[in-house]
Amino acid sequence: MMKSVTKSIPLIVTLLACAFLLIPIIQSVLAGLTVNYFRGLSSGLTLKWVARVLELYSGSILLSIWIALVCLVVTLILGVPAAYALARNPGRASRVLEEFISLPLAIPGLALALALLQLYGTLQGFRTSWTFILVGHVLYTLPFMVRSVLSVLAAIDLKVLEEGAASLGAGPARRFFDIVVPNALPGILAGALTVVTLSIGEFNLTWMLHTPYLKTLPVGLADSYASMRLEVASAYTLVFFVMIVPLLMAMQWASARAQRIMQ
Amino acid sequence: MTLTLTNIAKTFPGGVKALLPTDLEIAKGEIVSLLGPSGCGKSTLLRMIAGLETPDAGAKIVFDGEDVTRQSVETRKIGMVFQSYALFPNMSVRGNIGYGLKMQKLPKSEIEARVNEVMTLCRLDGYADRAITALSGGQRQRVALARAMAPRPRVLLLDEPLSALDAALRSQLRDELALLLRQFGITAIFVTHDQNEAMAIADRVAVMSQGAVAQIGTPEALYRNPSTGFVARFVGDAMPLEGRVEGDQLHLPGGSLRLPGPAANSEVLVRAEDIRIDPQGPVTARVETVTFLGTHYRIALSGASDTLLIALHSGLSAPSPGETVHLSIAPEALLILPKGVAA
Amino acid sequence: MGQRQFLMLCLLPLAVFTLAFLAIPLGRLILASGESDAGWAIYLKIIQTPRYVSTLVQTVVVSLAVTAAALAISTTAGLFLVRNRFVGRNTLLSILTLPLAFPGVVVGFMIILLGGRQGLVNQLLPGHWVFAYSITGLFLGYLYFSIPRVLLTVMAAAEKIDPALEEAAQTLGAPPHRILIDVLLPALSPALIAAGAIAFATAMGAFGTAFTLATDIDVLPMVIYTEFTLSANIAMASALSVILGLVTWAMLLIARSFSGGTVAAGG
Repeated sequence: MMKSVTKSIPLIVTLLACAFLLIPIIQSVLAGLTVNYFRGLSSGLTLKWVARVLELYSGSILLSIWIALVCLVVTLILGVPAAYALARNPGRASRVLEEFISLPLAIPGLALALALLQLYGTLQGFRTSWTFILVGHVLYTLPFMVRSVLSVLAAIDLKVLEEGAASLGAGPARRFFDIVVPNALPGILAGALTVVTLSIGEFNLTWMLHTPYLKTLPVGLADSYASMRLEVASAYTLVFFVMIVPLLMAMQWASARAQRIMQ
Repeated sequence: MTLTLTNIAKTFPGGVKALLPTDLEIAKGEIVSLLGPSGCGKSTLLRMIAGLETPDAGAKIVFDGEDVTRQSVETRKIGMVFQSYALFPNMSVRGNIGYGLKMQKLPKSEIEARVNEVMTLCRLDGYADRAITALSGGQRQRVALARAMAPRPRVLLLDEPLSALDAALRSQLRDELALLLRQFGITAIFVTHDQNEAMAIADRVAVMSQGAVAQIGTPEALYRNPSTGFVARFVGDAMPLEGRVEGDQLHLPGGSLRLPGPAANSEVLVRAEDIRIDPQGPVTARVETVTFLGTHYRIALSGASDTLLIALHSGLSAPSPGETVHLSIAPEALLILPKGVAA
Repeated sequence: MGQRQFLMLCLLPLAVFTLAFLAIPLGRLILASGESDAGWAIYLKIIQTPRYVSTLVQTVVVSLAVTAAALAISTTAGLFLVRNRFVGRNTLLSILTLPLAFPGVVVGFMIILLGGRQGLVNQLLPGHWVFAYSITGLFLGYLYFSIPRVLLTVMAAAEKIDPALEEAAQTLGAPPHRILIDVLLPALSPALIAAGAIAFATAMGAFGTAFTLATDIDVLPMVIYTEFTLSANIAMASALSVILGLVTWAMLLIARSFSGGTVAAGG
């Protein structure tokens, strides 16, 4: 009797944890689709709250998508060549650099935003532009792109492949495009999905950096939690889920794939 | 292409002398092997010829009269086969083989023709569109070779080309490789630690140890007339006979042998096939193990010398372990070589 | 161009960006912390102000509590999921890792849905219990996003444990709970330390969750926020940020030296 109780404790804990995490998600989805939250499902299902959300917040949603895509492009340009350079120079200096660019992961977004505001807050044109928020997003997501590409490159014998290409007459730039990038693709893909997913959901930095005209999706969410009725807030959360869940799954799939290739 | 290397040396940061100043001349169409144990400098030398390492100041590398010492690897027009093959996983077999031609900016039709030609030569027909990961070890080796050869390089450099293969495949491919190299008629230098490989494929072998060339010559010359104890040991597995030299006799623990010449301050070595089991022989020994190898027996003997001696014995039968036997060694078969450093 | 120059060129864009938007701003932040009347003594002033000290203590206590709870829950669930394959396992795993991508605000909302005035618990329990806006709510909120993070780290390590170790213990007569204490937990301890450090650092620096749950809860990020936006006390906000940043950075350094692995995202 004791044995079956102790055996089932892990299962119970797991199920309770799942319930804890899942129930509010379900609540939120339902609340966003129910006519009246207080009367519950009996009041019927409707899409009017979702429509209201799109009406009120489509600007924020589109801005988030836009920033995420630009963030992706920027991290690709900054991160992929840098990861290559770091992979070819696996010394002390490279590790220090990698540590340094990972600082935005280690220190709270709040502190980072404060730092940016201190220095650039007075540059009117920059401060009120979406590019200011973009900078914060790039700071936060760049380490993920670099690490993702770097770990794939470190797992293949990059040096020998490059020597092979060099012996056939390929110069450094040719080798980068013909050999390095194609072989780093699993890492690039995983990094790309991570960057987009994180950018769409980024709040801590963005809240400090945004202006009333520049609200991203999570900023809009905070607004709606504070000032909108529960159904609208839930519907907005639902829209967020619909965007983020497929991205998250794709990101996990791509990362697992990159891991397998490295083995 | 004739290759002349003068005063090539390599000191790595930290002071490690991987290669001591070396000179080497290789004739057109010759196949030379750099043979030696790991750490002897053979790979370093090969990589400097390729342009993947820079030699110390004062070196000169000349390809067919052209000084290429300052040229980077991309412009030297060499072909290289790496130990791990370094095939590009993101390209098919055809893509790999044609890469060097692509770098030469040849027209597409010519690239295709050359790739097909070289694939036929290397028996890779039909594999053109395969992915690299779908190839066996032997196929990969041939693709690596085909890729290096397709751009018609001036010299072909091979870094332990067969060591990534399992033993059975190795001896089969060794003969194929020798044949292919001769067919191409190209000047080739290959690095190996396997003496059988070196002897089977090369015209001349350079035996290297601790950063220097100990001896260079044809396989027969190295085998019959080794110039140092190291070469004798490395090529043909000669064994030392440790004893006291008095005049023209070598006094071993198991008996005395007549020497062919003066041997003061030298060491005396013998090869396994020259030790004969002879009831009238002057040296006694005890049989430790007997291994049947088909064409002959391999007999380990103790007591004749301080170390174990191996004798190769052909015949229909062999003595049993534990037996005492008599050995004789013809004086001409004894190798008398300067006693020296391990090299 | 040579290999050397090409590699330099590859690093250049990143280096410029990092200098302009990370290195210099952080330097400026540190300098700004010393720009009030108190100068660099502001750091001493922080330690001497009861309000800040109590905030710091409260933040640390909550973070420690969350770390402990998350470790307990996620290790149990993680070990269970790694060693048992059954129908629905993958679904459970997906549910447990979903909150990884949620920003703190959404997590706050989740807690409100569970424990707010119109929350589930309040409606179900006759006692009318509203916990979302108290320290309990904050604790649960932090727990919500910590469970997935710790779970992933623990599962990755648990998968690498050689099953032969457990089998050997069994042949020597060890009952399941002894195997847990003597074999499994020791084998997992580097991962547990790493995961714990990550959870602690994330909880210390979390802002969105506390922001959404608003109220009088005093955690360090919220204090920094109010000092900056409401009191315009830039030097204080900067100094507090520097302290917070140092603490979280040190924690993550510890985490990495024990696991060398990935850092999960968000907060």
